[in-house]
Parts: sequence; C-alpha cells; structure tokens
Amino acid sequence: MTPTPLLTDLTARVKAKAHSRTTPCPCATPGSPAPRTTLADRPDATVVRHADTVAKAHAPGTPLTDLTLRLATATHLPGILLSPLTPIPVDLHGRQVTFWPYGTPVDPDAPDAAPWEAAGTLLAHLHRTPTSTLPSLFRPTLSPATTTPPPTTTPPPTTSPSPALPPMRGPAKAAQAIARLTASATAADHPAAQPVLHAWRTLPAWARAEAPMPDTSTLCHGDLHLGQLVRHPAPDGPWLLIDVDDLGTGVPAWDLARPAAWYACGLLHPDEWTRFLTAYRAAAGPAVPADGDPWPALDVPARALTVQTAARAITKATAENRDLDEIEMSMIDACARMSSLPPELAPDFPK
Amino acid sequence: MQCPKCHAPMHTYNRNGVQIEQCSGCRGIFLDYGELEALTRLESQWQQPGPPPPGVPQAYPAPPAPAWGAPHGGGHGGGHYGGHHGGHHRHKSFGHMLFSS
Repeated sequence: MTPTPLLTDLTARVKAKAHSRTTPCPCATPGSPAPRTTLADRPDATVVRHADTVAKAHAPGTPLTDLTLRLATATHLPGILLSPLTPIPVDLHGRQVTFWPYGTPVDPDAPDAAPWEAAGTLLAHLHRTPTSTLPSLFRPTLSPATTTPPPTTTPPPTTSPSPALPPMRGPAKAAQAIARLTASATAADHPAAQPVLHAWRTLPAWARAEAPMPDTSTLCHGDLHLGQLVRHPAPDGPWLLIDVDDLGTGVPAWDLARPAAWYACGLLHPDEWTRFLTAYRAAAGPAVPADGDPWPALDVPARALTVQTAARAITKATAENRDLDEIEMSMIDACARMSSLPPELAPDFPK
Repeated sequence: MQCPKCHAPMHTYNRNGVQIEQCSGCRGIFLDYGELEALTRLESQWQQPGPPPPGVPQAYPAPPAPAWGAPHGGGHGGGHYGGHHGGHHRHKSFGHMLFSS
C-alpha cells in the first residue's frame, strides 16, 4: 500500500526531530537501525516513531487553541502526563502535529501484566489537580515565543476571559460513536443496534454531550484504556498517562468508567477491577466515595461507555461484514438490560 | 514408659512444642495433663482466619456491580467472573478492547 503524503512527511519530520535530540542517532550506525515504526495510521490519528521520538498528526479539524491548552496541561503535570517535546503544534497537510518522547507501552500481548494500580493512582492525581491554582495553564502564549517566562504581573484587563481548558471529550466521543452507528444504514439496521440506541436515549443529556457536564472543575483524561499508559523514560521508567486529545474538565468518574463497564459486563476480572479502584481510592481520587458502593457515581458513565463500545462494535462488525463476537455481544446484552433499569442518580458526597 | 494398653514401649515425640508419647505397637498416644488443651489451642491458631461463615459463598465477595451488569452464573453478587474470560485465558477480542478507544 502506498503511504499517504501525510504519513511520508510525518515520517520525515519525526526523523528530523529525533536527530535534533540525539546525536548520533542509532540509525546512523550500520547494522543497528533505530526503531522506525508507524504506531498508528487511522483517519483520526497518525502516529510514527523514530528512535526515541514520536510524532502524532491529530484528528482533522482539531482546534489549535484547544490542543495547545492540552499540551500546556501535560507540560505542567510531568509526574502524571507525558510531557510534549514542543509546546505548540506544527501544521502538516492541514493537520496539527505534536512531538513526544517515546515511552514503553503496555504489552498488548500481555494484558495480564497491565499496571492497574498505576492507572488508578495516576487518575487520582490527575483528578486532584487544582486547576484554579495553575493560572498559567489557562493563559498560554499562542506564539512560538513560549520559552520566555510568563509575565508575573497581573495580566491586563481584557474584555474576553482567557481561554480555558475545554471540557473533557468523553461524552462527545460517545455521541460520535452513536452518530457513526446511525449514519451507516447497514449498521443501523443491525438487530443489535436497537437495544444500543434505546440504552443511549435513557442516558441524561450531559452524558450524550447535549448539555454541560455537572462537574466543570475537575481535570479528566477523557479516554482511559490500557493503550494510554507508557513507561518513561523507556523501558522501565514510571508509568505516565498519554494522549491529551480528550483531556479537559468534567465528571471524573468518566475516567473510571471504561474498566467499570468491562467489569460490569463480566469481562474484567473482579481482582483487576478491585486493584484499579483500590489504588484510585488509596490516592484519594474524588470520582467515587472513599468507601462503600462506588456505583451510584459510576453508573451513568459506565452505561455511556458500554453503549459507546457496543455502538463501535456494531459499526466495525458490519463494515467488516462479520458477526459480533462473544465479547461484543456481552456489551450489547448489557445495553438491553439497561433499558429496563433507569440510571442511578449521581450521589452527592463530600470531595 | 510402657503402653498402658498393649505394654509395648512408648516413644516421645515433639509436636509443635508439645511432648507426646506414642506406643510403638498400637500407635496409641498418651497425653500428659494440659497437653490436649495445648494441642487444641495450637490447632485453633492454625485455622485462623477461620472458614467463611455459613451463607457466604466465597472467601472474597465480589465487589459491587450494577443491576444491568452481566448475570454471572448463579445470579447477581456471587462473583462468577473467573471462568474463561478472566485470568490467564483472556479472550482475544477483549484483549483488543482493553487497548481501544
């Protein structure tokens, strides 16, 4: 398959960036080529690696301001999120491109070795980040001159507020999965689509991205799964969260909800769910009460992520002209059961 | 010392710090005053933590799950996840799901 101009040029850019960081690059030594790989090439993201450097072309239409704010957030939380190499994205074929140091991911062939404790602890730290005490985070300089220190004086009064970190994109991503399901006639006609769409309609408006989230002050990742954790420095540094595309303020239980949904659907072993939740609570994560039943807080986000996963499974399976597998069916079945059980009201507990 | 029952010689053994005499012939055991109580006490220490009280199906109850969750074998709340999905026999499709948005 012929690589796209984007992939070709992104590969050249990441090589140049890697060579500006490390001299000599391992690829200059005959017989020991630097690892050069395409880590992902999807419509919404192309990610390539050269030696210790990674370049990512973000989804088409990604707003520059939002992405820059998200990069600034990552830079400000070095023990929680992987820091980008450059503070401002560059344009390549109309796409925003960012550069990152390479980190070692969770081995997809060994998910049993997944760092559930680290995931829970990192999320708790992220959620506890007091966004109001990081004012520079919300006032990045959108010019290349961000290496100069920010002014220490009070910024001049402006008629419009400083750009703030946008909302976490979890609900928007769920709505996008539903939109893609209904946009495909074949997928929308699939018998499994009905319980999924019905479960979607029972969710509150905020979980469908049709109203603001009830929490707009907690920093959230927005798309947690096992592919969002890397060890940096590679290969055995501490675990960090990656992928800032959906980062923002919102309901922190959303970040726990994908493992919660897997557990609820009988896919994730109770021990793994317990390890994750216990670590989150031990680090005083605010998404759930410190003890007792966490499900009143998890119910709506876990339903939404079950619906999202089920919708994507139907879209994918119909596009590949195949049946849903046993795992995918367990998500559909959960959607069918949701229809007869209205969502729990989120609890009001001290944070 | 001779066995009071079959008169064969008895040998002294130490069991967890308690001296007992066992007959070399009929294998009968002679306990001095207080030795039965000492063994009983040791036995109770060995068993802690005790077996789950009646009515609890397993030592570690499953964490709470929502009502719309998967019905696991014998019904809700019993924690029957283990099986073929968990542990070392994770389904390939779920392995992929763990890493997907």
